Formats: sequence, C-alpha cells, structure tokens
Amino acid sequence: MALESRPDGVPAGTAAADLVGTDLVGLRARIDTATAGDVDRALRATRPTLEDFAALLSPAAGDRLEDMARRASEITLRRFGRTIHLFAPLYLSNECVSVCTYCGFSAGNEIARRTLSPDEVAAEARALTAQGLRHLLLVAGEHARIVSKDYLVECVRALAVDVPSLSVEVQVWDTATYRRLVEAGCDGLVVYQETYDRDLYAAVHTKGKKRNYDWRLSAPDRGAAAGMRRLGVGALLGLHPDWRTEALAVAAHARALVHRWWRCEVSVSLPRLRPAAGDVTPAHPVDDRSFVHLLCALRLLLPELGLVLSTREAPALRDRLLGLGVTHLSAGSSTEPGGYAAPDGAEPQFEVADTRSPAEVAAVLRSAGFDPVWKDWQRVARER
Amino acid sequence: MIDDPLVIAGRTFYSRLFLGTGKFPSARSLSETIASCGTEMVTVALRRVDPTAAEDILEALPPGVLLLTNTSGAVDAHEAVRLARLARAAELPDWIKLEVTPDPRYLLPDGVETLKAAEVLCAEGFTVLPYVNADPVLCKRLEEVGCATVMPLGSWIGSNQGLRTRAALEIIVEQSLVPVVVDAGIGAPSQAAEALELGADAVLVNTAIGTAGDPPAMGAAFRLAVQAGRRAFVAGLPSAHSGAEASSPLTGFLS
Repeated sequence: MALESRPDGVPAGTAAADLVGTDLVGLRARIDTATAGDVDRALRATRPTLEDFAALLSPAAGDRLEDMARRASEITLRRFGRTIHLFAPLYLSNECVSVCTYCGFSAGNEIARRTLSPDEVAAEARALTAQGLRHLLLVAGEHARIVSKDYLVECVRALAVDVPSLSVEVQVWDTATYRRLVEAGCDGLVVYQETYDRDLYAAVHTKGKKRNYDWRLSAPDRGAAAGMRRLGVGALLGLHPDWRTEALAVAAHARALVHRWWRCEVSVSLPRLRPAAGDVTPAHPVDDRSFVHLLCALRLLLPELGLVLSTREAPALRDRLLGLGVTHLSAGSSTEPGGYAAPDGAEPQFEVADTRSPAEVAAVLRSAGFDPVWKDWQRVARER
Repeated sequence: MIDDPLVIAGRTFYSRLFLGTGKFPSARSLSETIASCGTEMVTVALRRVDPTAAEDILEALPPGVLLLTNTSGAVDAHEAVRLARLARAAELPDWIKLEVTPDPRYLLPDGVETLKAAEVLCAEGFTVLPYVNADPVLCKRLEEVGCATVMPLGSWIGSNQGLRTRAALEIIVEQSLVPVVVDAGIGAPSQAAEALELGADAVLVNTAIGTAGDPPAMGAAFRLAVQAGRRAFVAGLPSAHSGAEASSPLTGFLS
C-alpha cells in the first residue's frame, strides 16, 4: 500500500480513499428527507449505518434529542464506565508559514512568536505532570524549518522518559517521519481536517503546504501505517455554513479509520471556533443544541469512539456534557508556547473558555460521579 | 467457610468472584465494592497504574486482596510480555491476567498471540491467567504451556449479554484440568450464577458492577449469585427437559 504523497488524490486502500468514495451528497439529501420513522429505526439500530446517522442528524431527530441523549449516555456508560480521561496540550511553537483565515498563529498575523527549546519543553511538561497530567498533546504551528521533524523527534524522545502518553498535533508529515516519532515514544496523532468541504478548505487555507487537502486527509492513514496507536480527527465548527454537512464527513472519516485501521483507537474532536488574533469571529456559529445533537449522533454511530472536548468550551456546558458521550477533556490548558512554566506574552492560538485548573476539573468530575483518569497508557518499547 | 475453596496455582480463594476495576466512578466506590462483594482477587490494568500519582488506583485495594495485573492495551505477544515484565520490575505480584486484544472496538482476544505470550511468561515464572475466546482447543493449548487458569469470554467485554458462548463453555469446563474463569460479558447476577451452575470455577466481572447505579450494592448481589450458582453446581443440578415427564414413565406399572 502506497501512502506517500500523491498530489492529485488520495492513495487507494486508505480511510481517506474510503471517505472520498462515500456519497456524502446523497447522505446529506437524506438528512432533509428523513422521517420520524427513519429516526426511530436509527435509534433502535444495534449497528447504525451512515444512513442511520443521516437520519439521526436530521431536523426530524431534533425532536428526539432527549431520547438520543439517553441512548448516548447508556452506550457511553457501558463502554467507558464512569470515567473521563484528562489531558493537556503543550504548545511547542506558534511559528507558522501557513495562512489560515481562522487561526491566531496564521503567518500574516503580527504576533509575538516563540519556539520552545527542548529544555523549555521539558519544563512545560514538568509543570503539567506536577498537576497530575500524564497525557500530553504536543501542538505546534506549521514551520518545517523551525518546527522540524528532527526537533519534534527530539522533543518526543525527551518527554517520553517521564510522560506515559504523548500525542502530536503538528503539520502533517510523511510515513517515515511518523515512524520516527513513534519510535521516539509518540503514540497518538491528531489531524484536524478543519473543513471537509474542498472549496471552503481552499478558501480558508490561502497559503502554505496546508493547502494540499488530500495530503492532509490521508495523514491519519500514514500515521497508522507508521504505528500510531491513537488517531484523532475533527473539524472546526463555525467554518462551514452547514454543520450537518461537516458532521457527515467527520463521521464517515472516523468510521472509515475505525474499519481500515482496526487496531487503532479513533477519536473525534469538534472544536467550535473561538476568537483569536486576527479578529477572527466564527462565520457560522454552531449553537449548543446543535452541538449536543451532533455529539449524541456520533456516539450512537460509533459506540467506541473517543469524543474529545477542549477548553474552548465554557465550563457550564462542559459540565453538562459529561455522560452524554464525551470521554476525554483537556484541562488547565494554555494555548501559548511556554504558557505553563514561563509565560512571556507569546500569542495564544485561541482564547480558552474553561480556565479551571486540572485539579478543579477533576473535582467537578468527582462531584458528578466520574472518576478522572490521568494515566491510561503504558509505553512499551518496540524492538527495531 | 460455607463455600468450597478454589485453588489457583497453590493459592486458595474463598470467593469465586473476581473483580475488574476499569469503570468505577471513584476509588472509594471501588474500595466499598471490593468489601461488599467479598472478592479476593482484583485485576488492574498496568496502563492505569501510576505510583508517582497523588492518588493511584492501587491504593483502593485493601491488604489481603491479590492484585492481578492485566496487560490491557497489548496488541501482540511482544507487548504483553513487555507489560508483564514491567509489572514485575515495579514489584507488583507475578500474577498476570494476559490480555492481547488488538481490536479496541470489541476487545476480542488474539488467540495466536495470547498463546505465544503465555509460553514466554509461564517459562519466566509468572502465574498466567489468559483471557481468551471460548475456544476449547486453545484452552487446552494454554493449559499445556502452564497457564494457571483459562478465562474464556461469555460474550464481548462490556456487552452485558451473558453466556452467548455457553455451548463452547460447557466443552471447556468438561475438558479443562485448570480452573475455568468466565471473564467477560456477564451483565447480571443471574448470568454469574448461570456460569457457576454450568461448572465454571469462578467469574470475573467489571462493567455490570462498576457501572451499576450503586456499585457496592451490586457487588453484594453478585456475591450471593456466585455463591448460589456454585452451591447449585456442587449439589448436582437435575438436567433440563423440554417437556413434562412422569416420574417413572416406563416402569411405573411395576409398583
């Protein structure tokens, strides 16, 4: 299976190809035509299809939101128990050569730029592990020279000694680089497609390597082929005028990854756009009811899916979403490089809405009857 | 003690209920459940163990309860063996619940890799309790390489579907020279009782207790069910029939 760059299209035999081959237009049409009976059938399905998912996203299903929430809650409880996993992002750098209209790190923005040295990265990690965190997500802007593959490998290798679980959310790389990251101790790869709509994707990514839609779309496949154990995908809600269209694509992609890379744990995150540098305001904000509707439908489609909720969401909503399908929460997040151990005014990627400390979030979880899980991974060195 | 003890690898257990720990709402709930269900062996995933944490899951285990470290997360024999060795290096007990589940959706065990790992771990002196599909031949192979028990699934982990593999479990129970522990899918006390009634030596339960409305109370219910099932088995259950039957249909005329 060839997973390397193919400028025109995605490689065969990948989840990306499965998604490209999915009739998303036809599924979108089903959303509008779904009847109460279709919703009923979808709610009762033991193994829902994408057609069922379309019915669950429909306006007709909006009337059954309480039923959907109840089912989502039951499924999540059975699958994950009364546990919620906690993690934190560790921002390595806000240097970026790409221009993305929605992002605070965008190359055109006049902001204070900073890239942490490996020692500074270690200090950040110490600040986070001192708060109990054991799963860190390394995040960086897109700058292949400053945030190079060698730099990333060095950071992962240094952190892997003390941090049980490391994921990366950085520019997309080839399989060989992902393999180097895995060997250094990275076990998870997060790649947001941002939007699955090709025209919109081209419109919001105006400059940089990120403009290559297909190369990004097949990045989770390359990561899985390289040995990543956890794959995270998602879209930025608020970019696309129709959240249901975006939801279909995210779900179909996640489902394809689950089937294609059956050894991997797949998760989805659907961050709603927040204000950031460059005066970004969401063009098409997604309201709370629609957001909950989408999360519940995803849980019914994919019972084993990790559902990640970031600190972009406000505390009140985050607390209410416990038990409705969410499995992973970030906590105590700073989106500024160096923001934990040595903040010096570098620009954050976006404003955090939930500013509670990990300990405070854990206390809320406990009072709601959930066990905060800090560590759920044991790295095992592979023989070369 | 009312119930007959179970001996695994030379260690005597008076409770035939083993407990998983992954889905409880709190460490306190887990502690209370361990007490109420009377278990003497509790399995914890090494991936959840964190001696450096302010509150480690192992602190919920009272003294006297045996820790059965499991290799949850291992996708092949190599990883499972490495995890077991890490547990030993961390001075945890040598008892290992061997789980090799490459598929995170249904968490179904890989029999080929499980057997490979069991061979290595038994040779290294671990007490190995392998989680397997309800495959009678695989169970015999695991017994041959020195496993202390076999732990076939009743149905998929966390499914609460009960003994969907009953026909195969009956063969495993009939053939096994080591204790048989039904390990997954038991969703209600009645299903635990059923496993013991058909001759399983013990059950391991997690989801049905950990996600119950009141885990300690559900643990107590399982304790009673396991005792009832075992007593029924020892007492000798009459075999079931599909229809009513006269007491002596063929020879009644003789009396």
